Amino acid sequence: MTKAGTGITVAAADAPAPVARLPRRRGIELALIVVAVLLSVFGYCNVGLAQHGTLPPGAAGYGAGLGVLALLAHLAVRLRAPWADPLPLPIGVLLNGLGLVLIYRLDLETPGDRAAPTQLVWSTLGIALFIVIVLVLRDHRLLQRYTYVCVAAALVLLTLPILFPAVNGARIWLRVAGFSIQPGEFAKVLLAVFFAAYLAANRSALAYAGRRVWRLQLPTGRVLGPIVAVWLVSVGVLVLERDLGTSLLFFGLFVVMLYVATGRLGWIAVGLLLASLGAVAVGWLEPHVHGRVEDWLHPFASIEAGRGPNQLAQSLFAFAAGGVTGTGLGLGHSVLIGFATKSDFILATAGEELGLLGLTAIFLLYALLVERGLRAGLVLRDPFGRLLAVGLSSLVALQVFVIAGGVTGLIPLTGMAMPFLAQGGSSVVTNWAIVALLIRLGDSARRPAARS
Amino acid sequence: MTRHIRHAAAFCVLLLVALLVNAVRVQVVSAPEYDRNPANRRPDIARYQQPRGDILAGGEPVTGSRDTGQHLRYERTYRDGPLYAPVTGFASQEYGTTLLEHAADGVLSGADPLLAPLPLWHDVTGAPNPGGDVVTTILPAAQRAAYRGLGRRPGAVAAVEPATGRILALVSTPSYDPGELSGNGKAALRSWRRLNRDPGRPMLNRAVRRTYPPGSTFKVVTAAAALDAGVAGDLDAPTRSPDPYPLPGTRTRLTNGSGGCRNASLRAAFERSCNTVFARLGVDVGVRRMTATAEALGFNDGGLTVPFPVARSTFDASVDRAQLALSSIGQYNTRATPLQMAMVAAAVADRGRVRTPYLVERTTRAGGGVLSAAGARPVRQAMRPMTAARLKELMRDVVEHGTGGNAAIPGAVVGGKTGTAQHGVGNSGAPYAWFVSWAQGARDLEPRVAVAAVVEGAPADRGEITGGGLAAPVARAVMAAVLGS
Repeated sequence: MTKAGTGITVAAADAPAPVARLPRRRGIELALIVVAVLLSVFGYCNVGLAQHGTLPPGAAGYGAGLGVLALLAHLAVRLRAPWADPLPLPIGVLLNGLGLVLIYRLDLETPGDRAAPTQLVWSTLGIALFIVIVLVLRDHRLLQRYTYVCVAAALVLLTLPILFPAVNGARIWLRVAGFSIQPGEFAKVLLAVFFAAYLAANRSALAYAGRRVWRLQLPTGRVLGPIVAVWLVSVGVLVLERDLGTSLLFFGLFVVMLYVATGRLGWIAVGLLLASLGAVAVGWLEPHVHGRVEDWLHPFASIEAGRGPNQLAQSLFAFAAGGVTGTGLGLGHSVLIGFATKSDFILATAGEELGLLGLTAIFLLYALLVERGLRAGLVLRDPFGRLLAVGLSSLVALQVFVIAGGVTGLIPLTGMAMPFLAQGGSSVVTNWAIVALLIRLGDSARRPAARS
Repeated sequence: MTRHIRHAAAFCVLLLVALLVNAVRVQVVSAPEYDRNPANRRPDIARYQQPRGDILAGGEPVTGSRDTGQHLRYERTYRDGPLYAPVTGFASQEYGTTLLEHAADGVLSGADPLLAPLPLWHDVTGAPNPGGDVVTTILPAAQRAAYRGLGRRPGAVAAVEPATGRILALVSTPSYDPGELSGNGKAALRSWRRLNRDPGRPMLNRAVRRTYPPGSTFKVVTAAAALDAGVAGDLDAPTRSPDPYPLPGTRTRLTNGSGGCRNASLRAAFERSCNTVFARLGVDVGVRRMTATAEALGFNDGGLTVPFPVARSTFDASVDRAQLALSSIGQYNTRATPLQMAMVAAAVADRGRVRTPYLVERTTRAGGGVLSAAGARPVRQAMRPMTAARLKELMRDVVEHGTGGNAAIPGAVVGGKTGTAQHGVGNSGAPYAWFVSWAQGARDLEPRVAVAAVVEGAPADRGEITGGGLAAPVARAVMAAVLGS
């Protein structure tokens, strides 16, 4: 110990002029990816052992597939984003791998409905998109050129499902050739890009122009007009499509980015006021939403009324059954939740079988992903990059909060996919795009050339 | 902008903390309450996810478990269900458990903490303990003999081993197949409705859960009290009893079914089952001493469990002399379960000692390790040994010369007492035919079995209904099965 310490001191003293050269840390990334893949394979084996007492037949193939995909993604990062943050990619691999394990585990309870193979295909597509973005998008500032293309595409994607029949009461799906696509998921990233570009271009005007009413600085109509219009359209469309989770998500994203861009607390006040007005109005008028609020306030009302436990009550039972350490993978009964166990309620399976400890670990993985994004935002110097990093990070944070809070009874339940974990192709692909952009932003933030 | 990004980060931390605090609330603080919610199916799923332990008779399991592949995975099955139903009861996913399935549920279901290989093992591993087995004292040959003997007639048989209190047979007819109630589907519901509507009450365990007027079989108790109290002494001395006997304080005259009861000796009165003699003896003994003897034999004890509870047999202690006279011949408010009358016969057979009857020999882990065993039971001296010896003599006479000839077994010593109990308003119901007895094989040092059998007669053939005619052959078959084993 002492000897080694001395050695280092001598070596440092010998160095002529210490150059501040940041390590690339690609080795750490690779090591963490290996850990992530091994953990996923371990979980997969665990399910098989718990259910049948034997290793599942596809364990090696599953591990190899996930490993190859992650390795390709790692090579792309090594090639085109060598300075990137080493954490987002392994976190994505681990969450995606864990999601596949949980879906495979639930597939065993529903032999007629196998979702894991489809999810694996979508995960492959997601990682392919990740690789394409990392390889093609050499600089995040290129996205600024497509501000209005992004917003137009987002609006088209949001309005498209209205033309298609409703599924489970919500018009948010496109069904093409057997595949269900949720275009609203893709629209999230496009809107984040648009908000970042627009706010970066107009933030001075937003922050300093306009009239002052009491202590609030109100912006001029010319600057505010377009942004409020986009927001109103997107929220209006979502209310028409009855997808309130995404609506809430867009609104939160809008408020957070506006606040970071302008630093005006007035925006928060106006935002919260609008949000509460909207929430009360929708909660009052829309029976679907009103029911959700009632369920949240009285999760066991349906039991007392003799109609048996509803999904939220079953979800709470699942979390409670998990306790601190969980029942172990493959040994819980979260399938009692019924409909949407593999998508919206996937966290209940994690909570029951991995316990409070596992749930906390999952939350911390998301927190770490968000933290790396925000850190990139702090280090970056261009306003667009900073706002984009904040926007993408907040997107993940808000989405996790809305759905995790919903299934644990913290806030009213709104249908939404748990990033990476939940069954849902569009969601997985979108989240891989978010991680790719965070990798790109992290690379830009730490690239020596960019700093000089 | 940096400051505002930090604010956004702080906001995200706030969201994380909110999620974590709420997760602790749901998974730790409120978890016990959620786990207990009656709508939560997890306890049921856990209960039925492994085969239930078995109930054994004669070394063979009389129960089993069937994997249904459904949510509530294992269902109870029964081998010879109707035969052993008064012992096992049922274990239904829908309607709960009864009798031994209920009393030993902790062991059978695996919930009993004693089943854990180490203390707190279950809490650490989270794995359930396999259900343990319950080994009963039932002798299958005796059980079958009793069931076959009763046949299609409603009735009950209880047989115990006098020296230990082990219950050798416990039969009630009409019976039912408890396996029909095991599941939770429509078939179980139909069976449940049908069995509950059945006027024959097949789910009633007549051997322990129903009391009958014991009729003349109760004269064993009265004779014991009279001999103990010194009211009667010499078995062959005349008892100076009138026939008919006017009930004290009333104008009602008690008569007999047969003649030769006036001033009959105790031996003759017992053989002929003279109501007049025993009614007078009971009045002479007095309510205090009659009650003492009856209670020493187990009457008026509502707390007996074998391990499931046994209905309280009664001897009314607050009676006038006329009522005492009727009580002493097993009428009025005197009522007894078949098991209670078997205990009376066992006490006579075992020198006046009463042992608490029991049905569970031992409980074991799935692997065979003993969890608990029936140890030495408390013994109560209900009558003097000399009294018991004289009663044995009287009961032998009944079988060898009297009304109990149907119970005689060649090569064995058998003692018994018949009874034909009237019941219903104005004795309108079909009488109950009783027989209580004990038997000792030629090579046995002491009696090996004490039996009480009761047959509920059909109204049509009430003239033929007698304890000796209907119940004695049933008791004889049970005793022969025990002696032959």
